[in-house]
Amino acid sequence: MKLIAAMSGGVDSAVAAARAVEAGHEVIGVHLALSSNPQKYRSGARGCCTVEDSHDARRAADVIGIPFYIWDMAEEFHEGVVENFMSEYAEGRTPNPCLRCNEKIKFAAVLDRAQALGFDGVVTGHYAQMRETELGRTIHRAVDPAKDQSYVLAVLNIDQLAGAHFPLGDTIKDEVRLEAERRGLFVANKPDSHDICFVPSGDNAGWLRDRLGSEVGPIVDADGTKLGEHKGAYTYTIGQRRGLGLTVPGAGGEPRYVLKIEPKTNTVVVGTHEALAVSLIIGDRPIWCGPIPQGNTEYRGFAQVRAHGAPAACTYSHNGSEITAQLDEPIFGLAAGQGLVIYDGDRVVGSATVARTE
Amino acid sequence: MSIYLDHAATVPMVEPAIRALTESLGAVGNASSLHTDGRSVRKSVEEAREHIAELAGSAGSEIIFTASGTEANNLAIKGFYWKSGKKVIVTSAIEHAATMDPVQWLVEHEGAEWISIGVNSQGCIDLDQLKAVVNSRKAEIALISIMHSNNEVGVLQPIVEVVTIADGIPVHTDASQSFGKVPFSFSDLGVTAATLSGHKVGGPLGVGALIVKRGIDITPVLHGGGQERDIRSGTLNAPGAISFAAAAKFMCHQKYDGVATLRKTFWESIHRNFEDVTLNGSIDNSLPGILNLTFPGVDNESLLVLLDMEGISVSTGSACSAGVHRPSHVLIAMGLTEKQAMSSLRFSLGLSTTQSQLEDVVKALTTVLPRARAAYKG
Repeated sequence: MKLIAAMSGGVDSAVAAARAVEAGHEVIGVHLALSSNPQKYRSGARGCCTVEDSHDARRAADVIGIPFYIWDMAEEFHEGVVENFMSEYAEGRTPNPCLRCNEKIKFAAVLDRAQALGFDGVVTGHYAQMRETELGRTIHRAVDPAKDQSYVLAVLNIDQLAGAHFPLGDTIKDEVRLEAERRGLFVANKPDSHDICFVPSGDNAGWLRDRLGSEVGPIVDADGTKLGEHKGAYTYTIGQRRGLGLTVPGAGGEPRYVLKIEPKTNTVVVGTHEALAVSLIIGDRPIWCGPIPQGNTEYRGFAQVRAHGAPAACTYSHNGSEITAQLDEPIFGLAAGQGLVIYDGDRVVGSATVARTE
Repeated sequence: MSIYLDHAATVPMVEPAIRALTESLGAVGNASSLHTDGRSVRKSVEEAREHIAELAGSAGSEIIFTASGTEANNLAIKGFYWKSGKKVIVTSAIEHAATMDPVQWLVEHEGAEWISIGVNSQGCIDLDQLKAVVNSRKAEIALISIMHSNNEVGVLQPIVEVVTIADGIPVHTDASQSFGKVPFSFSDLGVTAATLSGHKVGGPLGVGALIVKRGIDITPVLHGGGQERDIRSGTLNAPGAISFAAAAKFMCHQKYDGVATLRKTFWESIHRNFEDVTLNGSIDNSLPGILNLTFPGVDNESLLVLLDMEGISVSTGSACSAGVHRPSHVLIAMGLTEKQAMSSLRFSLGLSTTQSQLEDVVKALTTVLPRARAAYKG
């Protein structure tokens, strides 16, 4: 096959590209420039969007012996991911930009372009396993539970899955590093990237404040009684306990948590830990990573709401436009906008965006 | 199949230059030393200087060897600016980054004022605008720097007219792309300074020259032993200079008419086969080898990848330091939209280019253009 290897400049995508070449595919390396004003150097452990990263990707391609190009995806990234990130926060939701990037950029804009140019698919260094089963092509958790990225790939529909290749799903990260070293890829010891790639400082709250404003507003309890003031509703996350700056103690002296963020009234609602409990999750914008389960039928499975969160046993169903997951045990601190991913064992069934919880 | 159509980026080193370089690499001695070994190297360097001077229509003493065309441009711009004590620098809007960036640096760090002269749709500078600027600001202008020919579209600039309009204001011209390919005479043009580059004439990388009119003193950028007329310091790159001269000698005696004919035929063939493709610049008032074309409905990035996969090397123009393609400031100055600029490719032909290679390129375009169109993001 003719494949495009998306190379971030990190160790995973470099080894993934090398494995694709070794598997006999014709591979070209492509570094996605996602920022129109790339920073010169990495600060801390960041792993993309810098001149240094594009250089690292180029050198890895040299070592592997494949052609290398840089594709400017800054506009698509800004429109599809960054603007969505801001507008979601502005609506009081908590988006996951990595999910969004996989859905709109890596396996959409890049895959479309690759296919138009005559390539069969895109190779990335994501940790997830692809299997051909009686259900067709399906996506499963990686063997390395600490690195499993099936959650952020749960936005790929069947067509996108058909063009996606994840050669690292069967390997644990430490072995990937050793393999990189064996292959002479000097990125072997490059630190993992964390957080959000377009927030170079890692300070999400500050980044959002700069762009969405930091208007002071009330912090209230569930009854609407004002308990204090906040400096910009966007800087809080559901379930947050620290940094609320409240001087009025709770009724029973118990700690308070952020329950709700209401951007329209610029209000942050706080309450007890119990009030954070969620037993029913309703998600919209469903995406199925394989056959679509029969509508209005209950299935047993697992719901996961964070990239590295624990899977929660659940009964789920869907009506075509929404997925409903009834959890066996409540989970705490779930925000609208997060990705709800449904698993059947280790297989990703599909995903939805959390709309409401009970 | 490998077809190199990026001669404007760098010209493959010519045989006499490779020979001259490898032979002189073994020579013992620093050209500034007073002993026999030093004198021997010095002699070769001076001969090289005289050869280049002769080919460029200048005197040997006017040639200042530098480490690159970029260094020569920096030296001219900063050197004249600092020496004059004046604040205004005039350039065209389509200069190479090696001219624009030093000027921008002076604007940002030393309070210089940059006046940029526009170009018409053919890429030729607006002499009336230049006249107006000179008339109104003459006493304040430190330097006028206008390239002899443009590296992206190949258009030749009316330097003689620029010198006339300048009326005594120092004029620098970046002749990196012109020297060796079209007639170039420093003295006939009447400019004060000119930039040459070794690897653009089939010489080695890492050597260039600034020709500075005799009797003109400019402030150095590099301070040290003052090896080059006290204007440029640093131990002379003797093998580089000797090889540069050998290359220039070879290139200046080649007939470039053949390249110009190939370019014309190539353009006609493209025009015939792909009707919507347009030419940027001019077919006649141009360097013989550069053909810049806009392919509507195509990302030049995609087209470059597809052609590269067919073994054809072309250029999209500028990229930032991270390697991200940018719309060419040259094409924008000529009136193209950003979209059109991002749909443009530069084919630059050289002495080794053949008719059959260009026919292969047209054939390749027939297959890759539809694919590039399909991948267009608009």
